[in-house]
Amino acid sequence: MIPPFQRFLDDQREPVWRFLVASVGRAEADDCFQETFLAAMSAYPRLRAESNLHAWVMTIAHRKALDHHRGRARRAIPVEAVPEVAVHDPPPRDDETWERVRDLPPKQRAAVLLRYAGDLSHAEVAVALDCSEEAARRSAHEGLKKLRLEMSPTA
Amino acid sequence: MTDLRAPQIDPADAAAAAARFVSRAEPDVAYAVVDSPIGALVAAVTPQGLVRLAYEDFEGGLDEVLDSLAAKLSPRILEAPARLDPVRRELDEYFTGRRETFDVSIDWTLYSDFGRRVLQATAAIPFGHTATYGQMAAQAGNAKASRAAGRALGANAIPIVVPCHRVIGTSGKLTGYTGGMYRKEALLRLEGIAF
Repeated sequence: MIPPFQRFLDDQREPVWRFLVASVGRAEADDCFQETFLAAMSAYPRLRAESNLHAWVMTIAHRKALDHHRGRARRAIPVEAVPEVAVHDPPPRDDETWERVRDLPPKQRAAVLLRYAGDLSHAEVAVALDCSEEAARRSAHEGLKKLRLEMSPTA
Repeated sequence: MTDLRAPQIDPADAAAAAARFVSRAEPDVAYAVVDSPIGALVAAVTPQGLVRLAYEDFEGGLDEVLDSLAAKLSPRILEAPARLDPVRRELDEYFTGRRETFDVSIDWTLYSDFGRRVLQATAAIPFGHTATYGQMAAQAGNAKASRAAGRALGANAIPIVVPCHRVIGTSGKLTGYTGGMYRKEALLRLEGIAF
């Protein structure tokens, strides 16, 4: 039986938030979070009872983050009018790493985000990205390698 | 780099985002736990009206009440206390002697035809009065079905508001109650009914 949505929301809100902070940044995470759970609630009654709820909601969050990236790419020209967002604390150091992840090629970015920020197995990443497990593993590996090269002190 | 760490988050941020979601979402069932002088109640409404009022300590607790609603109605269930404000207010007024009839609309979809007619007849018993199972069966269209009427009353998902506590045995015996006999007695006492 699928659990009441409230229990699903209670269980998944932190993993989804964490994944979206990594995927789109703290300032944009809330919009994607709202869209993720609205889409999840609309599809929820059609879920099969044995569904993997964590992998399912991460797949939705991944698609919402992807829409966000595409929207940003379309809108990305006028920069001068962007208001400063008040930042009270310096962002945690991890955020810089994840900003670099966002600049990876799409397949690598998706595989790294779902595996390391979404805590999915390579097999679950493969289902989310509609590719083979081997391809998901390779994309994550190549993404990490590229990051390591970029972030090494000699780069 | 193989141990790329997920970003640190403040759980309060995730909770706040979830609260914003709940305030905008349109669930099929909204619920809240409501305090009352006879114990905590799990109250649930659909867009049609009040669908469930469960004694929290008597029905397997909140989780079981919600699981059952998910199975019978819809899994799109959210805790949205603001949507229960009218129910909470009417219950407060009832328990403090300021209300004799409930005005909140009721969602009857959980019941079969006969069960629904029995409970609708029960909902019409005035404050401070009692009726028998046979009378409820007769009003539901089958005077001989007092046993079935008893079963329908036992399946009442909205005690207090659908006042099954006002239905008693022909001999005046109180018989059973979904929240325990002491609650039936407390409700009858509140309404000034001698038993």
